[in-house]
Amino acid sequence: MQDRKIAAEVAKSVAVALYTYPSDPMTENNFWLKKIEISVSEAEKRTGRNAVNMQETYTAYLIETRSVEHADGQSVLTDSLWRRYSEFELLRNYLLVCYPHIVVPPLPEKRAEFVWHKLSADNMDPDFVERRRIGLENFLLRVASHPILCRDKIFYLFLTQEGNWKETVNETGFQLKADSRLKALNATFRVKNPDKRFTDLKHYSDELQSVISHLLRVRARVADRLYGVYKVHGNYGRVFSFWLFPMRGNCCESIQDIEASLTVELKILTEEDFWHPSEIGENNGIEWSAIEKEMGDGLQSAGHHMDVYASSIDDILEDEEHYADQLKEYLFYAEALRAVCRKHELMQYDLEMAAQDLASKKQQCEELATGTVRTFSLKGMTTKLFGQETPEQREARIKVLEEQISEGEQQLKSKNLEGREFVKNAWADIERFKEQKNHDLKEALISYAVMQISMCKKGIQVWTNAKECFSKM
Amino acid sequence: MEQELTDTDTGNANLIDSNDKENTNDASLMDINSFSPMMPTSPLSMINQIKFEDESDLKDLFITVDEPESHVTTIETFITYRVVTKTSRGEFDSSEFEVRRRYQDFLWLKGKLEEAHPTLIIPPLPEKFIVKGMVERFNDDFIETRRKALHKFLNRIADHPTLTFNEDFKIFLTAQAWELSSHKKQGPGLLSRMGQTVRAVASSFRGVKNRPEEFMEMNNFIEIFSQKINLIDKISQRIYKEEREYFEEMKEYGPIHVLWSVSEEDLVDTLKGIANCIDKCCTATEKQMSGLSEALLPVVHEYVLYSEMLMLTEEIGKLEDKVECANNALKADWERWRQNMQNDIKSAFTDMAEENIHYYEQVIGGISYCFTLKRLYSLLFSSCPVLMESV
Repeated sequence: MQDRKIAAEVAKSVAVALYTYPSDPMTENNFWLKKIEISVSEAEKRTGRNAVNMQETYTAYLIETRSVEHADGQSVLTDSLWRRYSEFELLRNYLLVCYPHIVVPPLPEKRAEFVWHKLSADNMDPDFVERRRIGLENFLLRVASHPILCRDKIFYLFLTQEGNWKETVNETGFQLKADSRLKALNATFRVKNPDKRFTDLKHYSDELQSVISHLLRVRARVADRLYGVYKVHGNYGRVFSFWLFPMRGNCCESIQDIEASLTVELKILTEEDFWHPSEIGENNGIEWSAIEKEMGDGLQSAGHHMDVYASSIDDILEDEEHYADQLKEYLFYAEALRAVCRKHELMQYDLEMAAQDLASKKQQCEELATGTVRTFSLKGMTTKLFGQETPEQREARIKVLEEQISEGEQQLKSKNLEGREFVKNAWADIERFKEQKNHDLKEALISYAVMQISMCKKGIQVWTNAKECFSKM
Repeated sequence: MEQELTDTDTGNANLIDSNDKENTNDASLMDINSFSPMMPTSPLSMINQIKFEDESDLKDLFITVDEPESHVTTIETFITYRVVTKTSRGEFDSSEFEVRRRYQDFLWLKGKLEEAHPTLIIPPLPEKFIVKGMVERFNDDFIETRRKALHKFLNRIADHPTLTFNEDFKIFLTAQAWELSSHKKQGPGLLSRMGQTVRAVASSFRGVKNRPEEFMEMNNFIEIFSQKINLIDKISQRIYKEEREYFEEMKEYGPIHVLWSVSEEDLVDTLKGIANCIDKCCTATEKQMSGLSEALLPVVHEYVLYSEMLMLTEEIGKLEDKVECANNALKADWERWRQNMQNDIKSAFTDMAEENIHYYEQVIGGISYCFTLKRLYSLLFSSCPVLMESV
């Protein structure tokens, strides 16, 4: 718990630290006059009616924005409103469409994936909601600390205008600007000369996605096994604590359950499995000799430590889940990288098509002018079959073509310019992203190592205590 | 030559000196601080060796069971184990014996001991078969587990004040194969015939009303102990299984980080570091598991077998003064057994705790090696001063 709070503090301070005053105060998109702190501080279950007037349950998240007074560092709450996950999605889709050259920060997963045995896959589970809350906060901080995205008006309104925000977004008509998936796919296969850097980046993002998925899958399995090891020790705790007391009920069943195959839920003994001293009298009416009492006492105190050991795994794995979330963020970032690459391919393909089109028109024009037919065309065939066109007709056609060619050349020029701008801006953001990724992943990996050390220290503590109890028997 | 005795109580030291007839300056004399019961060099030097454990007895009989070997005949396939005995006792013709025995022979020995000493607690033998999960009779784990248990069996007998002098035991340890076969064929001896009578009498006295108090207590204890030790046995085996699975998953976990490092120039060191830490963890886990299977599991399982046996033996307790001497013998042996049990359980769990401590120390060592702490802390502090206070 403590570690998580600290991690959240780190994230926040990173965001605040990275945020600087807009470098160009002359730009109109200057909504933040002071440093801001953003937090997603609460999550609440709500019920309401959805678009088809059906009852539904969803979770709403409270977003609080504070502005930090420059002089004394105090922060004042300036805005606070509730948003649900679908609104975050809308915001992100908007940013994706309007800033195709930016690697847009990802949202936390919609549904729990890479779950290990004990972790719930239920979206309403409090632990999942909590981790999602942190993920959403992280998303907002990422956007707020991005030099370009932070200036977006819709983002500003997301944080400040509760009612009507959805309508405002939709009114921008951004959905119309979105490229169709099919078009993008088509471009990917047909583009002839994409920028090599983007091709490499696409391969990189594929590899990143594949290796992180694999890692998360295996990590989940490791967590499962570790959970088993720790929890079974809790059974020692039960047996030791009730050393001198008989078992209630069927001992054989308990034994079978404990040894049941690994795919079956392992049996954890509880106090209920044994006769409680109060139910059958201290020492169950038997006069235990000193030798038994000595052993019983020693084991009982050791049993307590076994319980501590067994329950320590819950916190340990909770912290590890936080680490998994950090990796997941970059798993989803890989998709954002690919989106930028796709946009480049689309633009490049568009450019190539435009150039091709222009070239063929020029050729047509030339052929008409010189009268030679080098390429087959239906028009040419029909005129051969059904008679030549008049010189006037030909002149008209040439004129039209010349106009089109001139337009085409303009368009090609501007497309070229656009393409080069895109590549330049995209690459700048990709460089920024790379640095961020290297920094974040390194920190995550190292804090994972620190986590392991702290887990080992706890282990040494518990077993040293247990050893002392055993040796006193 | 006077030897330096460092840790023993002086009582024993005097005893040794008086027995020390031919104490030599032999360079091969064991250094007293590196005592090992398996490697005495000369019969008399053994007298100078003292166990630094609780026992103040002088141990003069050392037995090992090792080297399982498979024998294939036209009728059957079976395993024999090498039994090596080293002793300084006069009644043995030599100081060293090496024989080969199979499980059947151990069964025979146990039967003879039960016959001869029906009121004593005879150590248990490992199970004949383990039906669950056995694919073939002779897989390596099974053989190794059995070997360890047979070793324990013979040593228990050797340590027992009465059983250690049993004649059949001596023959078991020393006779060549053909000698043993012919001895087996002989009828039961005088002593064992008496034992049979005692047993017969004992079993005819069931359900006697006035049970002596000590046997009530013994009865209660055995019932509860049996439940508990069975649970502990299963719990321990389950832990071993879970650890094995954990080990298997970790073996896959490490290399993924190395794979990742191929596409990340700037993270190569960190990723490879993590991979190394995971490998270190695997090694430590293996060591800890082997510790479990050496110390804890066999001890606990032996007591499971003991408790099964004792649930039956306590029938004897239902006798009254009909076989008074039998009662007393059992009582004494019961005391001895209980003391041993407590010591054994205590050291088994103490060892287990020690193994776990060692495991965690190894892992911390591995991580510290791969990521020098300075680097760790500097990286964390550089981004957030808040952390400095918490660490």
